[in-house]
Amino acid sequence: MEELAARIDGLSHRYPEQDDGQWALADVALRVREGVITGLAGPDGAGKTTLMRIMAGLLRPTAGKVDVVGLDPVRRAAVLHARVGYMPQKFGLYEDLTVMENLVLYADLRGVVGAERATQFERLLDFTGLRPFMGRLGGNLSGGMKQKLGLACTLVGKPELLLLDEPGVGVDPISRRDLWGMVQSLAEGGMAVVWATAYLDEAERCDALCLMNDGRVIFSGKPEEQRERMRGRCVHVRNIPGNRRHFLRRALGDERVVDGVIQGENVRLVLKEGVGQLDGRLLATAPGAEIVFVEPRLEDAFIDMVGGGPDGRSVLAETMPAVRVGDGVDVDAVISAHELTRKFGDFTAADHVTFNVREGEIFGLLGPNGAGKSTTFRMMCGLLRPTSGEAHVMGIDLKRSAGRARQKLGYMAQKFSLYGNLNVERNLKFFSGIYGLKGQVLEDKMARMLDSFGLDRYRRTVAGELPLGFKQRLALACALMHEPPLLFLDEPTSGVDPVTRREFWMHINALVDKGVTVMVTTHFMDEAEYCDRIALIYRGRMIATGPPDELKRQAADGDLAVPTFEEAFIRLIHRDDMARKSAGGESA
Amino acid sequence: MIAVWNRIVALIVKELQQLFATKTSIRMLLMPLLLQLAVFPFATTLEVKEASIAILNEDSGAEAVELIQRYHAASAFSDVLYVTDAASLRDALDGQRALLAIRVPPDFSKKVLAGTPVAIQALIDGRRSNAAQIAFSYIRQVTNDYVGERIGFSAPASLVVRNVYNPNLDYKWFVLPSLVAIIATVSCLLVTAMSLAREREEGTYDQLLVTPLTPAYIMLGKAVPGILVSMTQSSIIASAAVFVYGVPFTGAVWLLLTATFAYSLALSGVGLLISSFSTSQQQAFMGMFSYMVPSVILSGYLAPVENMPAFLRFLSAVNPLTHFISMAKGIFLKSYGFSAVAPDLLALLAISSVTLLTAGMAFRWQTRT
Amino acid sequence: MTRARPKKTGFSLRRACALCLKEMRQILRDPTSLLISIVLPVGLLFIFGFGISLDTNRLSMGIVMEDHGAEAIRFAAAAGGSPYINPVFADTVDEVKDDLKLARLRGVIVIPEDFTAKVLAGRGNATIQVLSDGSEPNTANFVYAYAHGLFESWLADRADALGMSMEGPVTLEPRYWFNPTTISRNYLIPGSISVVMTIIGALLTSLVVAREWERGTMEALLATPVTKTELMLSKALPYYVLAMVATTICVLIAIFIMDVPFRGSIPALLLTSTLFLCSSLGLGLLLSTLTRNQFNAAFAALNAAFLPSILLSGLIFEIASMPVVIQAVTYLIPARYFVKILQTLFQAGDLGAILLPNMVFLVLSATFWFGLTAAKTRRRLDG
Repeated sequence: MEELAARIDGLSHRYPEQDDGQWALADVALRVREGVITGLAGPDGAGKTTLMRIMAGLLRPTAGKVDVVGLDPVRRAAVLHARVGYMPQKFGLYEDLTVMENLVLYADLRGVVGAERATQFERLLDFTGLRPFMGRLGGNLSGGMKQKLGLACTLVGKPELLLLDEPGVGVDPISRRDLWGMVQSLAEGGMAVVWATAYLDEAERCDALCLMNDGRVIFSGKPEEQRERMRGRCVHVRNIPGNRRHFLRRALGDERVVDGVIQGENVRLVLKEGVGQLDGRLLATAPGAEIVFVEPRLEDAFIDMVGGGPDGRSVLAETMPAVRVGDGVDVDAVISAHELTRKFGDFTAADHVTFNVREGEIFGLLGPNGAGKSTTFRMMCGLLRPTSGEAHVMGIDLKRSAGRARQKLGYMAQKFSLYGNLNVERNLKFFSGIYGLKGQVLEDKMARMLDSFGLDRYRRTVAGELPLGFKQRLALACALMHEPPLLFLDEPTSGVDPVTRREFWMHINALVDKGVTVMVTTHFMDEAEYCDRIALIYRGRMIATGPPDELKRQAADGDLAVPTFEEAFIRLIHRDDMARKSAGGESA
Repeated sequence: MIAVWNRIVALIVKELQQLFATKTSIRMLLMPLLLQLAVFPFATTLEVKEASIAILNEDSGAEAVELIQRYHAASAFSDVLYVTDAASLRDALDGQRALLAIRVPPDFSKKVLAGTPVAIQALIDGRRSNAAQIAFSYIRQVTNDYVGERIGFSAPASLVVRNVYNPNLDYKWFVLPSLVAIIATVSCLLVTAMSLAREREEGTYDQLLVTPLTPAYIMLGKAVPGILVSMTQSSIIASAAVFVYGVPFTGAVWLLLTATFAYSLALSGVGLLISSFSTSQQQAFMGMFSYMVPSVILSGYLAPVENMPAFLRFLSAVNPLTHFISMAKGIFLKSYGFSAVAPDLLALLAISSVTLLTAGMAFRWQTRT
Repeated sequence: MTRARPKKTGFSLRRACALCLKEMRQILRDPTSLLISIVLPVGLLFIFGFGISLDTNRLSMGIVMEDHGAEAIRFAAAAGGSPYINPVFADTVDEVKDDLKLARLRGVIVIPEDFTAKVLAGRGNATIQVLSDGSEPNTANFVYAYAHGLFESWLADRADALGMSMEGPVTLEPRYWFNPTTISRNYLIPGSISVVMTIIGALLTSLVVAREWERGTMEALLATPVTKTELMLSKALPYYVLAMVATTICVLIAIFIMDVPFRGSIPALLLTSTLFLCSSLGLGLLLSTLTRNQFNAAFAALNAAFLPSILLSGLIFEIASMPVVIQAVTYLIPARYFVKILQTLFQAGDLGAILLPNMVFLVLSATFWFGLTAAKTRRRLDG
């Protein structure tokens, strides 16, 4: 039998501020084996971080038996800290220290000295690829490199157990893949690893899985078991005639369908248990559509376990009037960028980016961290002035009459920028107020918003204390109070669990039906699949543009005929690197 | 125009709601108010009360005893330390057990009775020269009274002192009107400088910038709540000064409100300027700190402006607090009318226009990049 | 899996040094910490030194000559020759009333119409009226003192002219101990060094510890074998050094640029500064440990350390004149003891009678604040 690095039974935890009956963790059991990656997956607030902190000896559990590397984490904390490596969610590397200084600090703290230190540093620097950046300040590293440095600091002193709390958040697919590879090789070397994540595609790759929801473990075992359970229930509907969003909505309304998402041109559906085939009536609405059974994913199983995704009806969109672009606005270019360039000193963050967005389209800006997608996005909604080039929304030049342009756009930022200490009603009232709504119009509008987003019972709840899903609804409601024809979304579902993400896109899809044009930045592949067209931005330039399936086709080659979107993304970026290298080589 | 006004009202309402949203924020507004109202009038006094003097009496005659009893009875001295030799007198002064030391010579009574001039030595602790000098003038007063009553010596004339505006030189009458100004400073800066920095940190600032509001309106939306809050707090202190501490109020209420408004306006400019240079609440806090401390020191509250070197006098003249304190004191104690406050009001308006315009330029410059 | 592991869990010098080194690097790389610890203190020192002068140098006073007789003119001449006042002459009170109201004059001396007549009559009932602006009580006291000075020089001049002795039967001879020129700067500047040290010790320290909590670096540190002592030491020691550097700069500026005499000894200054810093650092660490939030920590430090160090330390305001309750509070404030020590060191020298008792209090207060910090610091995230 393999050795256990952690054995947890009957663990419950309650924070002092929690009421009776509320538990951060309730009767949790967990086994962490050596030599494998144990995934700890679940939505925001499921209790992952609390569990990690208890294992790291940083919190005293309310009840239960906890044994980590053979020690009681609270009583033997001092010994435990020398044998367990813990990387918190926001790993605190010192931004004003260099990579090497950070490493040396952690080596000193863990008592790794002399020849031992030299060999470990050699290994870690090669391992993480940080060697070229030894002298760089922590604050000047990209998101991915910061996580790698965090990992390296945690690994100094060769811990027996590695606890990683959401290492993949805020990291682009390429860095995530690197990070995963590193941790995998550590596990293969015999280390016990716990990887906490809200992304189920990450969890799916783990050797052992502990799926959590609402403080409880809802599944414990191998991810394959869950996938197997779903076999024969996942289908792709291809060649859908007409609007695939309409089809998805109809499908989600069907009682045989548990879950559905858009994947490029196709719609992916999960059928209810025991349902062998799709309803004929549903298919009748899409003559000629082709149904193909596909490989199940862990996400399908999760949605199934928590009782299915949203039903596809967006009350919001039903009550919202259709928006129409005004006369004289080119419907093929309601948003347009022309040779948009932005320089910060010597650094060109956006380099002659040009695109047009059609009315009623979802347009995605995709790219790794620091590639320039945020810069482009900020120029398009008037938060940043272009160095050269032009940005127009609804035919209005942002440079000339930004105020008039802004009245036409709704904006939702990554972190749901609401006033956390004000209640739902006051947030809504404020955002309507600054867009000029007042009196009866405002009251009616607010009542409709509260109703259609199910925010009524949270009316008086302070925005900062809303559950994540409701925060997101509120942010969207605030952005939509003035019924803008354009919607700008900045990484709207980053770090968000699958159910909340589906609900969000359901609203967006419905809005698009009403004629709203959406522009979204993301480095999250599932989100990209919802877009009608995507501009792939890398190192400041737009390196590819087109519908998601078109990009997948561009990336396909002999080795990989049908790449996933993530694979396509990585390949296209890799090709661009090669092309620039050879171009650079020729010119030099 | 009305449409724009509605939008600004929405901003102002939101700002006020945020201020009173959490216990912490209410505490931040109230704590300095109560603390300063309770501590300042009592602690910040240059009055000499309860001072201690040391006396070395080398004369056992009745005249010396009489004089010393008079010193003892003087209300300013709570503690009289009798010593027996010169060394202990020096120790009492060195050890700061006495502010002032008096040495009555052995032949004092004899000389007084004989009518020959005699000198009493008074040693003053220069480490606390202000208090000691004031104590010394009390001693001189007592001595002169003694001479007049006891010996019947009279100078050809005498000095009659009348303290106008504050007959008993009650220090609280001086502190409280100034406090109205100082409290207004803290709250106004807190609202203007800190709240904008918080919006930056929390990302809501971007959210504001993508609305049709221009930076000028956002500034206005921040300045008005700051002005409202500081005017409210000033009114509370002013009422407390009159009704709790019994400070006379001889001027017009509307004039004090006008003065407070002009001061708050100038301050909101300063606050916005600080916020335009700070990216985090911590920086805004440090900016506020770096502005407030010199501003209070150079306002004439702690020490008269005319004692400062020319450069600091100039800083004091462009310091909004100087003007407001002078108006507040005047309106409270000296029944200032409009013409009396006009120069200070004008100065404040001039300072406001400079700070607001600079802040506006800083904002414009920032949102452009 | 069996691996040889060092089982040492006690204090490690290496870890403490590594943390101190890290802290020093952060101080040197962060412009705000340098701004707070060097620029702000020097600025404050200058503003304190030159901005707060309690010695009213030349007061503007109105001399109202309702009488133009010989004695009145003699008095006016005395006023004209006085180095302490800027006289503004007028014939009626009405002429200068507004100037007094608008604080252009700090006081008015009125020589009444019948002054010369009454003096010559020799019944001793002649009076000179002094009106002082009571809205500035401290200045009003000086107005009275200067008026008295004028009055005495008038007496002397008159006695001189009449060939009489002007000596009254009893005179007071003031002699200044320590600060013979009675320049208030000489005691305000040494005292303000304690304010500078409070800013670094309490304000800056509370900010940096809270920053570690906010940025999540504290959680990462707590997951390593670091002990509580090492953590506290690594915050206290670098800021101690920084504060001592700032203090040295301030002392040098005070002595060589602002000409404040220093009569004590350097070892005594170093020792007492160290003791004082221990209590400020202790307070700063405590506040940040309790709040774990930069903004709240700074706000608390402002109210609990900075303001008391100015208001309740006896630096500007006499503690003896405060009500008993507030006087009791001042005993909790380390600055109270240090201000006294500094003023003594600069003005008087190493006087054991003052230094020793105050040092005992500083030791007690340092022990108190550090003890409380140690009790409140946890090796875990839950309090």
